[in-house]
Amino acid sequence: MKAYRAIISARFRMFLQYRAAAIAGVGTQLFFGLVLIMIYEAFYRSSSAPKPMSYPQVVTYVWLGQAFLAMLPWYTDYEIYGLIRTGAVAYELLRPVDLYAFWYCRILASRSASTLLRAVPIFLIAGLFLGLRPPPTLASAAAWALAMLGALLLGCSISVLTMLSLLWTTSGLGITQLVSTVVLVLSGMSVPLPLFPDWARPILDVLPFRGLVDVPFRLYNGSLPPEEVLPLFLQQLAWTAGLVLLGRWLLGRGMRRLVVQGG
Amino acid sequence: MPQILVENLVKTFRVAERSPGMWGALRGVLKRRYRTVRALDGISFSLEPGELVGYIGPNGAGKSTTVKVLAGILVPDSGRCEVLGRVPWKERIAHVRQIGVVFGQRTQLWWDLPVIESFELLRDIYRVPQADYARSRDEMIGLLGLEPLLDTPVRQLSLGQRMRCDLAAALLHSPSLLYLDEPTIGLDAVSKLAVRDFVRRLNREQGVTVILTTHDMDDIEALCSRVILINRGRILSDGSLTELRRGVTTEHRLIVDLAEDEGQFHDPEARVIRREDHRLYLSFDPERVPAAELISRIAARHAIRDLYVENPPIEEIIARLYKEA
Repeated sequence: MKAYRAIISARFRMFLQYRAAAIAGVGTQLFFGLVLIMIYEAFYRSSSAPKPMSYPQVVTYVWLGQAFLAMLPWYTDYEIYGLIRTGAVAYELLRPVDLYAFWYCRILASRSASTLLRAVPIFLIAGLFLGLRPPPTLASAAAWALAMLGALLLGCSISVLTMLSLLWTTSGLGITQLVSTVVLVLSGMSVPLPLFPDWARPILDVLPFRGLVDVPFRLYNGSLPPEEVLPLFLQQLAWTAGLVLLGRWLLGRGMRRLVVQGG
Repeated sequence: MPQILVENLVKTFRVAERSPGMWGALRGVLKRRYRTVRALDGISFSLEPGELVGYIGPNGAGKSTTVKVLAGILVPDSGRCEVLGRVPWKERIAHVRQIGVVFGQRTQLWWDLPVIESFELLRDIYRVPQADYARSRDEMIGLLGLEPLLDTPVRQLSLGQRMRCDLAAALLHSPSLLYLDEPTIGLDAVSKLAVRDFVRRLNREQGVTVILTTHDMDDIEALCSRVILINRGRILSDGSLTELRRGVTTEHRLIVDLAEDEGQFHDPEARVIRREDHRLYLSFDPERVPAAELISRIAARHAIRDLYVENPPIEEIIARLYKEA
């Protein structure tokens, strides 16, 4: 365990060095948040049909999305991507550790570090000036925290899978872009899932992506009651376990046919 | 019992072939042609503990592939390979604990972290007990002169500094086997000497077995008692440097500085290879004419200021071997 803990803490320290990137990220996210909110405002004003989420709830939802964007498995982890592309993956295989756990920890660390750096300032700014509200009750806050943990674990297991595709394709950009789109749409990041047509809802509810955004964010803004958290959290864990097993199996197969690139 | 045992190792790679040009690229999308490259084509050798072996061959000969199989990174197609009694790729985690590897073209240090933090990270990853770690760390710092570098982030190190740190990093867990894949590539003369000196001491004083792949013949000449030469995945020769030399040529060199420019030089047993002002480079076969005899013969006819006899430079030997291969 010590080995994995050491990796996580080293990655954390490394990320804290990239302050400029974090500041730029915060700026971008604030801008995107404002644009999205303007769109939703226009949408809510132009229609009088009953909405599954109130306007203030949607505003909070949008800000959560901007704050936790870095946690979603929608972008490539360039570090490991680079390792495989250049062949430096050789050194990874020389470590006396379980490779899957090793990579999972790296991704976990880089995701949580970069999320933390962006989420805290966005929470402050959006909370004070831009309409992000705190959870309605303490129970909602607790349910949200639990679901966030589930979302982080689930997101990392999806990230590892995306990365493992590199063992087969090397360039891997195609798959990452595909995964990126699927994640952004099906998780509820682009449009909250309650706004999707009714026929799509049962499908979306079963897929793993919901656990990344829809579940934690709606527990936060009260659109899902806090007592529903337990089955949803278990669903997140079940999907995580399944994807981890799939990843381990793929890694085992990929290693056998691995070609270490370059010299 | 040998520390490394390799028998009839074969590893092939499938390389996608593409015809040149736009049309070729389009055709490649529909139908791929593959070419099979035999990177290792029946390699066999064994190594006893404490040996320092040079593993040489032209680019693409299969050197790095062998090292990667021995390190447990690549799985061969067929053949037997045992390192310290284990099959590397089958018991990867137990195996890599016992070996240290340096790929000269890559670093195993964390790019953004200070050197000492990379060391501590490796300590945790290899689960080296603190006391052992402190001992081997201090030893490496002393031997490689790393003290002033420890707090510098790796990305700010020069290549020579980085290589010294990489060597230390590969040895913190006190492996009994060390693979060095082109450790002196791109280094300046001083850094090369430092690396060579370190490798020699490690081998002599601590009995670490070393496999060294390199293109730098000075590395081989300075370090290796045994040289394995491979090309196109096959072993061409395996033995001491002297034997390797003898296999190619028995020629020796005689370099003569004449006192004055005498125009013509002629001797039936010595061939003039090169001439620079007053200096003559002669090549002769000591089996046909002993050096002493040749020298006295030349001295009788010319005024000589200075002379010396030497082996042909190993670069030439190797170049000739590569060509024959």
